[in-house]
Amino acid sequence: MSLSNLIQNWNSFRTRRPYEGQYDDAPYKWAMVIDLDACIGCNACTVACYAENNLPVVGKERFGKGQAMHWIRIERYWGEGEAMQSEFPDHGAQYLPMLCQQCEAAPCEPVCPVGATHHSPDGLNTQVYNRCVGSRYCSANCPYKVRYFNWWNYPDRAWPNPLELQLNPDVTVRSKGVMEKCTFCMQRLRAGMDKAKTEGRILADGEVLTACAQACPTSAITFGNLSDKKSKVARTWKNQQVDLSKNVQEKSEEGIRGYRILEDLNTYPSIVYLERVRNLEA
Amino acid sequence: MSHSVPSRPQMDVQVERKFVPKQKDLGADVTWAKINKDVLRSLEKPRPVFWVIFFSALALFSFGVYCEVYQYQNGMGVSDLNNPQVWGLYIATFIFWIGMGHSGTLLSALLHIIHADWRKPIYRYSEAMTTFTLLTAALFVLVHMGRLWQFYYVVAYPNERWTWPNFTSPLVWDATAIGTYLTSSLLFLYMGMIPDLAICRDNARGARRALYRFLSMGWQGTDRQWANFKVAYMTMACFLMPLAVSVHSIVSTDFAVSQNPGWHVTSFPPYFVLGALYSGCSGIITLFIVLRYVFRFEAYMTQPILNKLIKMTFAIAMVWTYLDLIEYATTWYGSDEVAKADLVYRATGDYALQFWGMIFCAMVMPFTLLIRFVRHNYTTLLIISLILNVGMWLERFQIITPTFAKSHYPWTWTAGWWPSWVQWGIVAGSFGWFTMLFMLYCKIFPSVSMYEVKEMVHEQNMEEKAHATQVEVHEAGLLPEMKGGQA
Repeated sequence: MSLSNLIQNWNSFRTRRPYEGQYDDAPYKWAMVIDLDACIGCNACTVACYAENNLPVVGKERFGKGQAMHWIRIERYWGEGEAMQSEFPDHGAQYLPMLCQQCEAAPCEPVCPVGATHHSPDGLNTQVYNRCVGSRYCSANCPYKVRYFNWWNYPDRAWPNPLELQLNPDVTVRSKGVMEKCTFCMQRLRAGMDKAKTEGRILADGEVLTACAQACPTSAITFGNLSDKKSKVARTWKNQQVDLSKNVQEKSEEGIRGYRILEDLNTYPSIVYLERVRNLEA
Repeated sequence: MSHSVPSRPQMDVQVERKFVPKQKDLGADVTWAKINKDVLRSLEKPRPVFWVIFFSALALFSFGVYCEVYQYQNGMGVSDLNNPQVWGLYIATFIFWIGMGHSGTLLSALLHIIHADWRKPIYRYSEAMTTFTLLTAALFVLVHMGRLWQFYYVVAYPNERWTWPNFTSPLVWDATAIGTYLTSSLLFLYMGMIPDLAICRDNARGARRALYRFLSMGWQGTDRQWANFKVAYMTMACFLMPLAVSVHSIVSTDFAVSQNPGWHVTSFPPYFVLGALYSGCSGIITLFIVLRYVFRFEAYMTQPILNKLIKMTFAIAMVWTYLDLIEYATTWYGSDEVAKADLVYRATGDYALQFWGMIFCAMVMPFTLLIRFVRHNYTTLLIISLILNVGMWLERFQIITPTFAKSHYPWTWTAGWWPSWVQWGIVAGSFGWFTMLFMLYCKIFPSVSMYEVKEMVHEQNMEEKAHATQVEVHEAGLLPEMKGGQA
């Protein structure tokens, strides 16, 4: 409880992100690319996430009430106009995997009264369960609504014996009243980064994957280190002409598909989506 | 036709009479001894309806406690809140209660500073209303928390982990502002009561006497005590007034600082403050009529005072209406398409009934205050004042719910979300809690300020005397300038 500590805390919350050269010297900046053209809406990523991160299955009734706990969800949209009038309206179905965008200027961070959600040095938006008091202001201010609140005490009945044996020991089982969200599989990253540090190197591209990226049958999800200029993610961001620190992306030519969702809100997300290309005649 | 010119002194007398109010705030029969007797009687035996109100409130409160315990045991899920609808009635009612408090400060502090004497018989219970509404609002902060057993994380307290709250969060500003406001208005309420508590002490027996003796802190009414008291009271009033304005401005930043459509509005702080004063004023009218009847305060809570209160309420209602309309206008003509869609959704979507209900109750109904019958018929006025507050509650509801229902991200658009019985139970319980505390307060402490009403009677008598002398002088044509005018 020192004054310097107060100032330090305060400054970390008052930092304006992203700033020039933020990740120039940083070994890691985790980012993602999701190719909507490759996504077939199979929900494998969601299932993998449930298994990896100890997410409770809430049941039909609570799902209907909007209390589901899916850190990554497949959103289904139906095309309008032309697509709906065609002989096969199913062609109009579009899938969009939505997970925490790990925004650089995350709207959830400054509003948390207790600082339970904050920015990590490797560019993740982290959630400290022990510190969370459950005011849900972060969720109210999240434009993507990807924060999930423990409305019930799930450890009570989500994993009846012997199902608790399948819980991931590396991940906290959250109790009622705390907020949670996608961590980019923090436990895997942590283990990988520690191992690499012991060996005196940085993680190679693809050495650690998030559960969703690992489970995706069509490789629609690419996960990697944006600081590593040779990683697949960094190359795709560059090819798609998406700059982390810009809120309006200028494209040199038509047909470049990369975009970030709700960029006009100045959230600077860490996930680039590649627009779907459709051929209605096919 | 006679050519006689009316003499000047008579004209002057007429001019003077224009400034004499037709009706005095207090009747001529109110004397110092009567004030003591009447107010002390309110501590003894109220009308039987007091117990009806008190026990109904207790029953409502007990139901609210039951709902809260149920929610505490099972998790927030029982309230049917969900992913986009994270706040629901709890935060809506929180703003409502915080708002109710502000008019008490307006009456007790601002009108004290500007020497508006008509406030004197009614400011005490308004200030008590402020304190108890703040206590009620504080309950909602706790009730809506997922882990209320860890609420103290929000406060900057010394701890071995060296962690501080996040001072950039409006919720921390809220906790600080409300804490300060609650402490200071409690202090202000108590400080203003000290001379009256001494009167109670001198007239009470048994346990009550011990209580009043302890609370009156040895007040003897010496010159020195009065001088210190006046200075301290005025200082406190000057401190409290800007504080009250800042508190609801800060509550509005909970919304204005976020980027949700319909909340991201620059005019929110004044809009909230005016809304607060508005609902508070109609709350004061409600309690005026209730107290007047229950505790037989007819001699102190008079029609002229009520008329002034109604005028103030009407003026505030009009300013609030204006601010509400410019909020819609700026959104409508603004460039934020999402906010505009949200506004249209509010007026035409799932919550259109609440929206138009708010427009009717809070914008149209105040015009009934212009009708003389409404101002003079207390049953009607009681109902109207309650309707105004229903309108203000609906206003808070339609700030929270439609915004979440149709925010930036289309996938989270939900149709027709409705709170569960647990939320309604806790909201009802909060009304019970407030009424219970308020009624208890009025039963134990003098809810009309005795010493200030005495001041008022004294000044009224002095004025009358002065005026009478003046009239006599005028009528006799004795003043030198009058003679000069005649020449």
